[in-house]
Amino acid sequence: MAQNLLEVTDLHTQFFTRDGVVRAVDGVTFEVAAGETLGIVGESGCGKSVTALSLMRLIPQPPGKIVKGKIMFDGADVLKMDDDEVRGIRGNNIAMIFQDPMTSLNPVLTISRQISEALELHLKMDKSEARKRTIELLDLVGIPSAKKRVDDYPHQFSGGMRQRVMIAMALSCNPKLILADEPTTALDVTIQAQILDLLKNLAREFRTAFILITHDLGVVAGMTQRIHVMYGGKIVEKADTGELFANPKMPYTWGLLRSIPRLDERRKAKLVPIEGLPPDLIAPPPGCRFEPRCQYRRDICKEKEPPLEHIPNSKPDHEARCWGTQQGGWLVDTDWHKEVGDTRIIEEIKQEVAQLPPEPKPGDVPPPPAAV
Amino acid sequence: MATAVTTQDKRAAELNVISRKQRSLWGDAIYRLLRNRGALLGLIVIAFAALIAIFAPVLAPYDPLAQNGPKQLMEPIWTKLFGSKFTDPAYVFGSDELGRDILSRLMYSSRVSLIIGFVPVSIVLAIGITVGMLAGYVGGVVDDFLMRVTDVVYAFPDLLFVIIIVATLRGTGLGDAFDGLLVIFVGIAVVNWVGVARLVRGQVLATKNREFVEAARSIGAGPGRIMRKHVFPNILAPVIVTAAFAIPGAMLTEAVLSFLGIGIRPPTPTWGVMINEGFIVFSTTPWPVLLPSLCISLVLLAFTFVGDGLRDALDPRSKM
Repeated sequence: MAQNLLEVTDLHTQFFTRDGVVRAVDGVTFEVAAGETLGIVGESGCGKSVTALSLMRLIPQPPGKIVKGKIMFDGADVLKMDDDEVRGIRGNNIAMIFQDPMTSLNPVLTISRQISEALELHLKMDKSEARKRTIELLDLVGIPSAKKRVDDYPHQFSGGMRQRVMIAMALSCNPKLILADEPTTALDVTIQAQILDLLKNLAREFRTAFILITHDLGVVAGMTQRIHVMYGGKIVEKADTGELFANPKMPYTWGLLRSIPRLDERRKAKLVPIEGLPPDLIAPPPGCRFEPRCQYRRDICKEKEPPLEHIPNSKPDHEARCWGTQQGGWLVDTDWHKEVGDTRIIEEIKQEVAQLPPEPKPGDVPPPPAAV
Repeated sequence: MATAVTTQDKRAAELNVISRKQRSLWGDAIYRLLRNRGALLGLIVIAFAALIAIFAPVLAPYDPLAQNGPKQLMEPIWTKLFGSKFTDPAYVFGSDELGRDILSRLMYSSRVSLIIGFVPVSIVLAIGITVGMLAGYVGGVVDDFLMRVTDVVYAFPDLLFVIIIVATLRGTGLGDAFDGLLVIFVGIAVVNWVGVARLVRGQVLATKNREFVEAARSIGAGPGRIMRKHVFPNILAPVIVTAAFAIPGAMLTEAVLSFLGIGIRPPTPTWGVMINEGFIVFSTTPWPVLLPSLCISLVLLAFTFVGDGLRDALDPRSKM
């Protein structure tokens, strides 16, 4: 697989806090081919953003540290580079689009100075060249009358326009890989669609590889070729985009899919939330990370962690981390649309969730025990 | 059709021009500052004082050191209206106990005061910003060390510390340089940089975790560049305000030291020296004390007004 642009192998990123070691990314392996768009999906706190920051070695250190793993980018190991080499890659070969365009631009610098910075830094352009290129970039990302607006300050732009500016910044040095960390989360829905369209077109036009990080399956559906689902610091399912939506193989993915509204669903169909909270990454569950919330769990799930394996009855590169859907598992024939899980287990999970707030206030009367 | 399009374009262009007055962040701030009447008045007073200081040799009617025995302790000419017999039209503001012209002395004094206002404050800013940025940005052991040093300096009583420094250095080469000016610079700077350092450190700590700093790192900017280009411009506003308040503070310190007799060496005229010398004859005539005091108050007030105006003007939340 020499043609892969990025190969991440067994990446472990941990944060050393007063309460213990947070295993934010716990053994993540994936690869991105040149020009490919990969989606990383998962709920808040599952390690998506930390994965992205690790790729550029932007983890705040301390408390964070990449303790293990290998990140091969374009044939070089990012983790073995010295600071200068990493800085030479940042913005130049790997660029990043941040979540919140309102705070990711420096309020006291003009747009032109912020975009020019990478150009002057990496491509050694002089001021006038950089300015010319900046105007081109702003045109490219769809800022009207770019020539007039380069000297504006960020507060003179709307949220959607600022995100366009961020995209222009990311594109400025023609990077081979762009990490987009929740690029549309802070925007309203119509602007989201515009920004996604823009990203899609740019990916096609410049053959730039994208890693699109989001919690919104709707965002990745239209944009990506492959999707990795992350949960509790691990990848729990890998598949082609079409395959993942048509034939998901991991109860967590089922939960995600069930919790979003669909246009083709019959009316009055209810959305089914995933009960419970994401695992505590200081002391994760010993077996499958999703086991405490899984409506299909069995005893084995608590004892042993399932490997990320190819799943029978699916495309060859479809892998999932689940005992139930593996060869001979009890979920192989489950239709996730209809069988929402074992009602007894769902009840159990609900009770556990109800008990979650551990310290009731002193004056509170303890709730009466549930009638059996 | 074609003409319609062009007229439309023209119209759009016109609208664009009308609706978009280009103003930068700092341009905005200056605009707001000048609209603040107190600040404008303060700026005018400071400019006036600066002009007098610069052109003192041209403007002053007499040599500020020239003594005129028979014309000692003349009172300002306006006191004639109230029946004073000791006035002389040649001495508009009167003369002191050695017969030196008070007006000329006031003019020359403003030179020292303005220098005392700006030079030590520049040193204070240079040290304070450097220490504060290093401590705030690097953090860890560097931060601990620098902040403990700051705490130690902070613990000394300000004026006493300056007096100790000035008094011990008296008579040495450093103490006598520039009529004792240099040692006062040093004294004021040594005492005052801690406030700026603490302020800057706090601002840097708040700024360095903001997302645009991370964004800057993500495009490959190194620590030096981030500090200079991204963090520094963001912390400038409170620093400027502090400086505007520190300048009158330094002037006052000089006046106090000179009044106590350990500041600038007489005969070099400064407002503090003049008050000190005038004090001896205060029971005879109050003017040699009153006039320099008035000057100090005016300039101090002017700087305070400007400082207040700057604080409001540099606050991005304040709208016009």
